[in-house]
Amino acid sequence: MSAPNKHYDPVEVTPLHPDEVARMRDEALAAVAGAADLDQLKQVRLAHVGDRSPLALANREIGALPPQARKEAGQRVGAARREVTEAIEARGQVLEAERDERVLVEESVDVTLPWDRVPRGARHPLTTIQERVGDVFVAMGWEVAEGPEVEAEWLNFDALNIGPDHPARTMQDTFFVESEDSGLVLRTHTSPVQARTMLTRKPPIYVVCPGRTFRTDELDATHTPVFSQVEGLAVDEGITMAHLKGTLDHFASAMFGEGITTRLRPSYFPFTEPSAEMDLQCFVCRGASVGNPDRPCRTCSSEGWIEWGGCGVVNPRVLVACGVDPDRYTGFAFGMGLERTLMFRHGIEDMHDMVEGDVRFAAAFGMEV
Amino acid sequence: MRVPISWLREYVDLPPEVSARDVADTLIQAGLEVETVDQAGADITGPLVVGRVLEFTEETHKNGKTIRWCSVDVGDEHNIDRSDEGAASPSRGIVCGARNFSVGDLVVVSLPGAVLPGGFEISARKTYGHVSDGMICSVRELGIGDDHSGILVLDAGEGEPGDDAAPILHLRDDVLDIAVTPDRGYCLSIRGVAREAAIAYGLPLRDPAGAHQVAEDPGDDGSHPVRTDDAARCPVFVARTVTGFDPAAPSPRWLQRRVQLAGMRPISLAVDITNYVMLELGQPIHGYDRDLLQGPIVVRRAREGEKLTTLDGVARTLDEDDLLITDDSGPIGLAGVMGGGTTELGDATTSVVIEAANFEATGIARTARRHKLPSEASRRFERGVDPALPVVAATRVAELLVELGGATLEPGVTMVGAVPTPPAIELDAQLPSRIVGVEYADDEVRGLLTAIGCEVTEPATGRLSVVPPTWRPDLTDPFDLVEEVARLHGYNAVPSVLPTAPAGRGYTAVQRVRRRVERAVAAAGYVEAPSYPFVGEAEFDALGIPADDDRRRAVRLANPISDEQPLLRTTLLPGLLATLRRNVGRGTTDVAVFESGLVFRLPPGEDAPSVPPRLPVDRRPTDEELAALEAAVPNQPRRIAVALAGDREPAGWWGPGQPASWADAIQAGRVVAEAAGVELRVEKDDHAPWHPGRCAALYAGDALVGHAGELHPRVVKALGLPERTAVMEIELDRLPTTDEPVPAPDVSTYPVATQDVALVVDESVPAAAVQAALADGAGGLLESVRLFDVYSGAQVGEGRKSLAYALRFRAPDRTLTVEETTAARDSAVAEAQRRTGAVLRGGS
Repeated sequence: MSAPNKHYDPVEVTPLHPDEVARMRDEALAAVAGAADLDQLKQVRLAHVGDRSPLALANREIGALPPQARKEAGQRVGAARREVTEAIEARGQVLEAERDERVLVEESVDVTLPWDRVPRGARHPLTTIQERVGDVFVAMGWEVAEGPEVEAEWLNFDALNIGPDHPARTMQDTFFVESEDSGLVLRTHTSPVQARTMLTRKPPIYVVCPGRTFRTDELDATHTPVFSQVEGLAVDEGITMAHLKGTLDHFASAMFGEGITTRLRPSYFPFTEPSAEMDLQCFVCRGASVGNPDRPCRTCSSEGWIEWGGCGVVNPRVLVACGVDPDRYTGFAFGMGLERTLMFRHGIEDMHDMVEGDVRFAAAFGMEV
Repeated sequence: MRVPISWLREYVDLPPEVSARDVADTLIQAGLEVETVDQAGADITGPLVVGRVLEFTEETHKNGKTIRWCSVDVGDEHNIDRSDEGAASPSRGIVCGARNFSVGDLVVVSLPGAVLPGGFEISARKTYGHVSDGMICSVRELGIGDDHSGILVLDAGEGEPGDDAAPILHLRDDVLDIAVTPDRGYCLSIRGVAREAAIAYGLPLRDPAGAHQVAEDPGDDGSHPVRTDDAARCPVFVARTVTGFDPAAPSPRWLQRRVQLAGMRPISLAVDITNYVMLELGQPIHGYDRDLLQGPIVVRRAREGEKLTTLDGVARTLDEDDLLITDDSGPIGLAGVMGGGTTELGDATTSVVIEAANFEATGIARTARRHKLPSEASRRFERGVDPALPVVAATRVAELLVELGGATLEPGVTMVGAVPTPPAIELDAQLPSRIVGVEYADDEVRGLLTAIGCEVTEPATGRLSVVPPTWRPDLTDPFDLVEEVARLHGYNAVPSVLPTAPAGRGYTAVQRVRRRVERAVAAAGYVEAPSYPFVGEAEFDALGIPADDDRRRAVRLANPISDEQPLLRTTLLPGLLATLRRNVGRGTTDVAVFESGLVFRLPPGEDAPSVPPRLPVDRRPTDEELAALEAAVPNQPRRIAVALAGDREPAGWWGPGQPASWADAIQAGRVVAEAAGVELRVEKDDHAPWHPGRCAALYAGDALVGHAGELHPRVVKALGLPERTAVMEIELDRLPTTDEPVPAPDVSTYPVATQDVALVVDESVPAAAVQAALADGAGGLLESVRLFDVYSGAQVGEGRKSLAYALRFRAPDRTLTVEETTAARDSAVAEAQRRTGAVLRGGS
């Protein structure tokens, strides 16, 4: 820095001459405007506002001026430096925005690329339909009861009023644990769970019992030796067939759509009296296909109804064997095959698909049905 | 039971406009399962007429076949003028291959335009040098019998040329096919179905049994000597005898057709009559050639070692429980099931002893089952036959043998036993209303029960005493009567009322865990594939399960679907691996499957389950009895298993695929445990069927819950699986479930301090042990520890490996100092060193 100059002659200090300051400023502003990217702008900043820049050097000369001239020159140089700095800032913002835009464009990707690195799993519809049925009934306050698959013959047959000479108790229908007199079978229906429930709980009883069941059928398009059922049982004071009908209607609409109802036809089961076959109103055509050849329905074969299961009032003999007072309590029970339910609900045409475990089958159903 | 509508209409005056379909729908509502309505004869259309053979010439052709070139008068409407051919005219010229007719015979002719069963279209066609202008039909071509030995020749007087042949042949009828439920044995007869139809339509029934009623109790005058040694199994035995029967008498066309439409084969007049009466009334009948009977008929149980050749030609060794019809020669019939060959009605039979008996249902069922011999008779006896019928039915058969076979009825009736009267049922008249939820007036209840044949009295107001009819052995309890009232009034009247269950507890903890676990495994990329629980020794062999392994002690079925798989699974792996193989075989080479299901275990040390006690049904068994029953039911824990092969992660634009491995299988175990809220501990193990170096035992606490890892290469080879197939199996029931609330963690907002350590240990030291030591040694400030690298190579020395862990420390209440975290780290390393010999890598 120069020493103070007592003999002031601004002309002699050339860099501080207004024209010279304006020239340095204009030169700097032109350089700023000409900076094409942030790197160039950085160079411009060094050249024109850095410590060695002409304006910075001119600033140093101010001290050489006489005191009365310093203010004016200082203001002049300061204004020029400010103007340049602001221009650099402004240019910097423009260049940064341009750079950001360019980078984002450069970073763009093909968002349609697959990323299926972990394959999709699925649950089997036979499992998820059991859960769905359970959910429908649990929502009404019912509970889900379960039992073993190898079952005591007494629970599978005797307790359900199926006597020792009943035709169902033959090797043609029932899997017996060796030997035939073992007193153990693979349960032929989920009904022993009814008996177990009544034997272990006091009424009121409202349970559904989903599970695997077994009969000695060969596997074909519509049969399988290992199949699934769901059973419902209500035992309470004042239970009537009307409650059975109400429950089935609710179940039907929960599973197949609002307003779908059921129909009862007289039938026979040893463990219910009166007994009924239960038909489901066709949830596809809702009966519109009946007598209407222009609108045939594959789901119900244009009958308007689909056979769904069996049901009835619990036979008092069953209540007695299971320790429920038949003079005080009545009950109803119903049961249906879940394979069959899935078959007509989803249009599954061959039982093989249901039992062979081909992952393509279950995968189509995802996590719920 | 197949019911021709024309037959039904004989007993009920159904209005003509009521179609067979209407009848079917009405009967379905009444509880008869009408499966189909067959339109018999509907497969014959177009002109089918009576023709008279005017002349024929026999011609033998080059192929050695002799045909007849016939001129047949088929009536004015169908005849054409053939005088220019020099033929008998007017007529039609028809080529016929049969020769069992003569000039002047009446035959059945299908003319061009007709269609016969099987879609056989008749047209004028050139054959054997003539244009055959129609066809002379055989019984088989008309679909009304099996006979194809010649054409059908009508009796003189059955019709005139040009008459429609269909009514003459009783060709067309609608036939209801009814699946009769076990409680409705009486509907295995036209009589029973007619009764239901009459009730349903509110019309009177002309009871076919009523028409042949004989004196109330005919008594036993010994028409043929009969003795029954087992009155319980044979409460009623009636015999009647006819003589002078013409064994050559033909079975009339209507009789044959009805028997045929009802689903049985016409055989001979005598046999057709016994079948006809059985179909009509429901009473099985057996006819014996009297000349072949030796001495009196004795009904008794079989003796040990006795043998009988039944009518189907099978020689049967009898059981002492079998009820027999015998004579002096020994067994001549399996009572109520099938007769024997020695006394069979035949071509020379002229004297017939007619047996109409009542046999106890369950005994017949046992015999039919034992000898695998379901017959028309046993089917009826098993369901219960009206015990009042024998005398009626025997008489009906005798009368038909007289009428159609020229026989003479011997006056006597043999009647052993007496028709039992069913016991009365006490019924509260309001019980049906209470049970069904429909208001039935007492009068209606009485009326409906009377309609089905009950005798109803009312000893006290509202208390009914109901004696069921003899043909309804199924009616024994008040609830049986409730069903009758409900079904006759109509199930459609039952209203729909949703019952209000008490507040429930929702799913149990076990049920919720199962659902969570199965969902988690599926979410981890496994597809659920339930398999059959049947396995065989060969599968245990293939899995390399040692001979003394508990998993080999399996529950055995007496009657498996396949003799190769007589056992119930003790592990899910055989079924799951078969599923995996099937998927691979179908081209899904990257496959991950799981199953959740029960396995079946015998009690420790036992080779078969114990036999549960036979409990009573007339009361609740005692708790002790039930406990004994329960103890005999094998333990059936639930397991979950996964199997995977191929690529776990596929190759993609991100890079190469990740092959399925032992690690995935073990991770699946962790997924299960995590979903169940259980901490899983993994230890090295050597357990079939796993690879001895790649097998993990899975523990929850101290309990071994399962295994996971890669399959043994020998197992992979034996089962034809993809290389490196990995499996996991956990017994879900061994995972502890709890409903205890989880305590909330402290979520500190102070900064985290991280320390990385690399520890060198022997190759054999499990990483899990090092990590556990670090965690235990680090103290309470440790937030997490994670293994982030495993290295083995020259730098760490032969047989050694370096494990790099990231330790994160945090305090709940302050920012940790460097000294604190360093101290915690050093303590962790020291514990690792103490337990596993770990040395800090680089010595720092």
